This record gives sequence, C-alpha cells and structure tokens, in this order.
Amino acid sequence: MRAVGLVPWGLPVLGVALIVWAALNDTRLALILGVWFGAWALNAWLSDRAHRRGARLVVPLIFGVTLLALWEMAVQLYDISFVILPAPSAIWARIVTETATLWADFQQTILKGALAGYAMGCGAAFLAALAVDRSPFLQRGLLPIGNFIAALPIVGTAPIFVMWFGFGWQSKSAVVVAMVFFPMLVNCVQGLKASDAMQRDLMRTYAASYPQTLIKLRLPTALPFIFNGLKICTTLALIGAIVAEFFGSPTVGMGFRIKIEMGRLAMDMVWAEIAVAALAGSLFYGIVALIERKTTFWHPSQRRG
Amino acid sequence: MVQPTTAIAPDATGPVIAAKNLDLTFQTNDGPVHALRDVNLTINKGEFVSFIGPSGCGKTTFLRVIAALEHPTGGTITVNGMTPDEARMRRAYGYVFQAAGLYPWRSIEKNIKLPLEIMGFDRAEQDRRVRDVLALVDLEGFGKKFPWQLSGGMQQRASIARALAFDADILLMDEPFGALDEIVRDHLNEQLLTLWARTEKTIGFVTHSIPEAVYLSTKIVVMSPRPGRITDIIDSDLPRERPLDIRDTPEFLAIAHRVREGLRAGHAYED
Amino acid sequence: MSAALTQRPARASWALGGLAAGVLPVMTVLMAIIAIWYGASVMMNRAWTLDQMQRQNIEMTPFEIIAAAMTQERPVLPPPHQVAAEIWNTTVGEPIMRERRGQMQGNPRNLIFHAYHTLWPTILGFGIGGFLGILLAVGIVHSRAMDMSVMPWAIASQTIPILAIAPIIVVVVSNLPVLNAAVDQGWISDDTKLLVPKALISSYLSFFPVVVGMVAGLRSPQTSDLDLMRTYSASPAQTFWKLRLPASVPFLFTSLKVSIAAALVGTIVAELPTGARFGLGARLLTGSYYGQTIQIWSALFMAAICAAALVMILGALERVVLKRMGARP
Repeated sequence: MRAVGLVPWGLPVLGVALIVWAALNDTRLALILGVWFGAWALNAWLSDRAHRRGARLVVPLIFGVTLLALWEMAVQLYDISFVILPAPSAIWARIVTETATLWADFQQTILKGALAGYAMGCGAAFLAALAVDRSPFLQRGLLPIGNFIAALPIVGTAPIFVMWFGFGWQSKSAVVVAMVFFPMLVNCVQGLKASDAMQRDLMRTYAASYPQTLIKLRLPTALPFIFNGLKICTTLALIGAIVAEFFGSPTVGMGFRIKIEMGRLAMDMVWAEIAVAALAGSLFYGIVALIERKTTFWHPSQRRG
Repeated sequence: MVQPTTAIAPDATGPVIAAKNLDLTFQTNDGPVHALRDVNLTINKGEFVSFIGPSGCGKTTFLRVIAALEHPTGGTITVNGMTPDEARMRRAYGYVFQAAGLYPWRSIEKNIKLPLEIMGFDRAEQDRRVRDVLALVDLEGFGKKFPWQLSGGMQQRASIARALAFDADILLMDEPFGALDEIVRDHLNEQLLTLWARTEKTIGFVTHSIPEAVYLSTKIVVMSPRPGRITDIIDSDLPRERPLDIRDTPEFLAIAHRVREGLRAGHAYED
Repeated sequence: MSAALTQRPARASWALGGLAAGVLPVMTVLMAIIAIWYGASVMMNRAWTLDQMQRQNIEMTPFEIIAAAMTQERPVLPPPHQVAAEIWNTTVGEPIMRERRGQMQGNPRNLIFHAYHTLWPTILGFGIGGFLGILLAVGIVHSRAMDMSVMPWAIASQTIPILAIAPIIVVVVSNLPVLNAAVDQGWISDDTKLLVPKALISSYLSFFPVVVGMVAGLRSPQTSDLDLMRTYSASPAQTFWKLRLPASVPFLFTSLKVSIAAALVGTIVAELPTGARFGLGARLLTGSYYGQTIQIWSALFMAAICAAALVMILGALERVVLKRMGARP
C-alpha cells in the first residue's frame, strides 16, 4: 500500500529509461522526451526548494514555455501537416502580419458585442435580484428556475437572436445578455441572502430602514457573490459573442474570422484568433478579479492570498 | 422615523422594563415550544440584571423580547413605558451579541460609526463619540485596524463600544463573553463594572456562569426550561465597588449558593 | 471529518432538492414566464399578420389576429404550444429508425435521433474528461512540482473561451491520418468517426472544472483532520483513501454537474461551424439557414431537456452517494 512512496525516485528512473529506449528507436522522440523530462526535473527541483514568490511565477512559466517548445519541436521534427497543427512560430508570424485585422475583429466582437452585452446583462440581473430579494415568494420560485436555466446550453439561442436583431453586434450582445443574466441573478440573490441573522438583528436594534440595511450590511456581504457571478460571466460573454457570429455576422469579428479561415484551411489565422480570444478572456477576468481584490479585501478568501 | 434620537430619558418614577404575565410560544414542526411562560419582572433604572439558567430556559428569548426582536404571544411588556417596538424605533438600547459581529469590511472606527451613520449623527459628532467610546473600552489607537486583526477579547470590546456609541440608557448583552477564555473574561468583567459605574446605564446581561452573574449583578434572575420561566429573583447586597477577590468572601459565596439552589430547584440538572 | 463533508461549495445548491419544497412559487413563476411568452409571441408575430391583411385587403377582428399570430408557419417567436406540438411530432410522431437503401437507419426527422447524436459524444467525452481530471487532481495534490506547474494553467484556462477552439478540434481530428486509416481499414464506421471530435471537445470542456473542483475537494480536510491521520502514522495512500477522497466527494459532484453541462454545450457548438448533419447543433444550424424558427426552438428545448436530465441523474447519484456516506440530507 506504499505505492505513492515510489514516486520520488521512480519517476526519474522511468524518464531516463524512456529516453534511452526512444534513442534506440527514434532520435526525434528521444529529443522531445529529453526536453520534457529535463524541464520537469528543473521544475521539480525548483518547486522543492522555492518558497519565495518568484518560484510561484517561474515554475508555471517554465511549464508553459516547455509546452510551447514541445509543440514547435513536434511540428518541425515530424513535419506535421499545416492543417492539423501549425507551429507556434507560424501562428506568431500571422499575429504580427495580421495585427490590423485581429484588432478590428477584437473591437467588433469583444468591445462591442461582448462588453455591451455583459454590462447590460449583469446590470439587469443585479436590478432584478434587488427586486426579487424583497419577495420571498418570488425567490423560492425564481431561484430553482434560475439555477436550472444557468445550466442550460443558452448559446443555442444564438440563431434566434441573430434572426431578431440582425447580423450586427446588437444580436451578439443579446446572446450575451441571455447567457449572463441567470448565472448573475442567482449569484446576486444568494449574495443578498448571505448576511447572517445576527447581523440583521443588529440592524434591527438600530431601527435601520430598508435602504440603510441594504447599503450598509447586505450589499457588502453580497459583494463576494456578486464578483463570483461577474467572473463566471466574463468567460460566458466571450463565448456567447464568438459563437453567435457563427450564425451570421458582418465581415468582421472573431467568430466570423474563425469560421471563414477554417473554410480556407488557414489554420494559423484561426489559431491567431484563438490566441487573441484567450488573451482577451484572461485580461477581462483579470480586471474583474483585480477590482474584486480592491473592494473585498476584507473577505477571508482574499485575505490569505 | 429616522432622526437622531438619543434615547428618551425614562420617566423618573416608572421602571425601565416591566414584564407582566409574559408568554411566548414558538410553533415548530415538532409542536409548540413554550419559550417563556408567565414571566413577571421589573427592572429599575441603573440596575445590573443578570439572567442565568441552562440553555433553553428562555433567557436569551427574554432579552430578544425586550429588544423587540421577538414578539410575545401573551402578557405585556414595556420598555421605558413604551412597547418594545416603539422603544426600538427611539433607539432606547444597545445590544451586544455573543459573537462580536463586527463587519469585516469596516475598520473598528467605521464599525463603531455604523449605528451613528444610521441614526444620522453629523460627522464631527461621530468622530467625537468614536474617540470617547474607544477610550471607554480601552481600545485607543486601534480604530484604524480591521476586526480580523484584533484578538477575540478586543473584538468583543469593540462590539461593546459600538453598542455604547449612541448613548442609549439600556445595554442588553447576550452572553457577550461566552466565547472568551476565563482570564480575558475576568478582565472584561472588571472593565464592564467600571463602565457601568461611569455611565450609570441599565444593563440586562445573559450568562450561564454563576460567578459571572454574582460578580456583576445587583439583581440575578434564575430561569429554568420547559417551559421557560423565572424560578428565583435574587437581589444582591454586595457593595457596588467590587474587586475581583470579592469572589472569595462569604457574602459572595452565599449568593452563589442561592443561585445554585435556584437552578437546582428548577430541575436544571435532571437531564 | 464530518465537518469537512458538510462544507459544501456554494454552487452546490442545485435546484431540484428545493423544488418539492416550493412547488407553488415555482409553478407561479413558470406560469408567468409562459404568459409573457404568449404575450411576446403575439406582439412579435402580429406585424406579419397585419402585413398579410393589408396585402390581401381583408378585415380581421382582434381575436382573429391573435389566432393568426399564433398559427404561423415561420413565426418570429413561436408560441409555446407550437413548440410543444413540434417536439411531440418529431419525437413520438416520427419513427426513430427508417429504411433507406435497403438498410435500417436512424431517421433524421426524429428529434430523439439528433439528441442521441449529441448525447452520446457528450457522455463519452464527459466520462473521459472527468476521469482524467480526477487523475490530474490526485497528481496535483500529491506532487508539488505538478501543483505549481499545472494548477495556474488549469485555473487560467477557465477564463479562456475554450469553446472557440471547438471548430478547430473538429477539423484537426477529422483530418488525423490515424483516424482516416482506421476508417479505411474498416475498424470504425464513418458515424463513429464523426463522433470522435465531438467527444474530444466534450472531454476537453469537462476536464478543467473537474480538476479545479477535485483539487479543492482533496485539499478540503482541515489541518486537524490531517494531523489525526499523522498521529496514526498513516501512509499517503491511506490518508488519500480514508480522508481526502471521502472529503472530496461533495466537491466532485458539484464540479461534475458543471462539467456535464459544459460538455453538452461543447458538443452542440462543435456541430455548428463544420456543417454536421446530425445532432441538436446541426438542427439549430439548418433551422437558422431555412428560417425554421419552430425547429430551432424545439431543438433548443430538446437540448434543455437533455441538459436537465443529465444534471438530474448526477444529482440523484450525488444524493444516494452522500446519503450512504452519512451526510445530512
């Protein structure tokens, strides 16, 4: 039952054995395995002694760079078809030469479609939550349904909204609104209920009015929930805006470009769009998380970090 | 309704709190629970009244009825000659819960200002009062800290400061030191007595520690459960000036003994 | 340890447990939604009816207009009963199999046939992704290097619209030489080949939520629980089986429910830009090409029913497992 005890010395031995075996059969594979296990050993060594902040940054960075390097090596060494997987260098080349197109697509899809929908959807959900919050009956009715809808494949409404609102960014925003509304609503309603009975009693002993209790107690306690909803919704917003473009769009936009370039088998451009989408997604999430850190510094989840 | 009213002075003659034949029955899934039955009690201005008894005896419920957090199902109760709800609207009392219940997103200073903001005190007055009550509970210099940066005892002191800030005449405390260790507790008990002497407030204090009740109170109300009721009311004749070692005197032990007898008479230990 | 078990993540509050407690409010809200839907449907479809009226120069009473607005062939917003009728006709009203070129084949007019083509890769992918996710989580909890290398990427990947990658995977996978060779050799059928990329996307989408949830679950035992195991000088394996794994179960189910919903969305989106012929996504796409709004809505509701069914099955499983583990209901 001490199988886990094997790991410390078992893995390196296994790695070296694999490399030796590969070297005898296929030098290219040996090269790739060598880089992989080399990077892994470096990371294992680093993570064992590093307790500083630096290591927390360096180790995942090494891992990411290793993956990129392996990708590049695999494509170059095995001559993998451009259609199946373009090399990172080729994708980077495309990003550099097509910056203007990528920027235009980014503006159309992220800045117009996703952001407008995100703001409208989350705002509407917050206001709806404030309204629902005053009626326990509505809460009991809406919460299960909201939870239910939040798990549904709402992206599927995209063709309907494209029919209703046309090919422009407005229909993309509508899809985003539909996607973010219920997750946000559920989180807001839960958040508004989160203050504990004792704290509400305290407000009652002060004979505080409804708006006072809302502003001074319930909104602050709801903040972590609200931000949780906002964070979940950043990803949903991007997905909604991109996927909706598969159903019709003007001749600009990230989803449009992915669809068109894939038809032409220009996979490097498709990957370039994906890279932009990934970057935009992380950035969007990062900004919301940063605001959360500043406003809910007092919450245990933020305190430890 | 929302105007800065510091509590109305109770009229000089009448009692601060008067309960007559008070009943409170909760309807639960397992049938009715008699939290309070036929409770009669009068509390006069400046008294320090402890409520003691095993859990389920209704001591906390009674305090919550005074605070209008629960409503009786029978009998009458007045606070400063008004109904508890009217008294609550006039901010007649400060309430201290067992947990400090400070808001983690507000600094100690801002926590103490919370009731002051709600009651509409102006900025300068808020600052002045915060300074005063922080001094009163020995927390000068900690105003800028956040609650989680303070020890449990300090948090509870801050919560008392918050209840004192708007200068209500009545202070209701529901096992405020229950979660603290014995040494901190002794210290806070001493401080509370000093504070009471300085402010001359009427205090209602729930506890299940016999020494604590005897040490603090001028009047000890012994309660027992099922149904929640008063089994004995003991007036303490200990002097108002009470050093900690008063707890070794025969007078103190005599009162503690009577409290224990009262608890036993209520069959508090049968189960 | 019971403390660790009862610490449920916030998102665990899946609705159906509460449904029985609040049938009346839920029904009321549902009724309101249906009423709003009918109202909106009349408002939005009226324009076309009025336009027809003007062209054909006929007079209609308001009641007739409403009736006409609810019986159009291609309404802007089909009323609930039209969608319900379409779902009924394309499930019960059509045979699931039909004969074609002397062979019994699935009937593409049947919605259950399409649902099957979406559900099967979803479940397959969910199984693979979930299993791998659990494995990786176990590795992360036991290896510091793995934790520091992989975990930041696993978390970051949740902020990325991974779904956008779905079409690429479809193209890449259907062009894989290995797969084509397998079809040529007759090892797998063409249908199975279509299923592979969809399942792959599902597994990819179910993978990360499970990793993140499971790592949180395996780390949920408190220091005192772990110290207790240390006083028994328990091996890492014993600590894992007797403490970490049981403690992680509530977290696991929560993330599995998120995962399977994501997996279904993944499959549907995978069917979109590649012109798949079968599946609920394909149904949405053809519906949008030909303006068949009723078809779109019925496919949408079928997808919703599938999602609900999948999550409900997991929810039931969760209740059974947690009950056997002695958690409070």
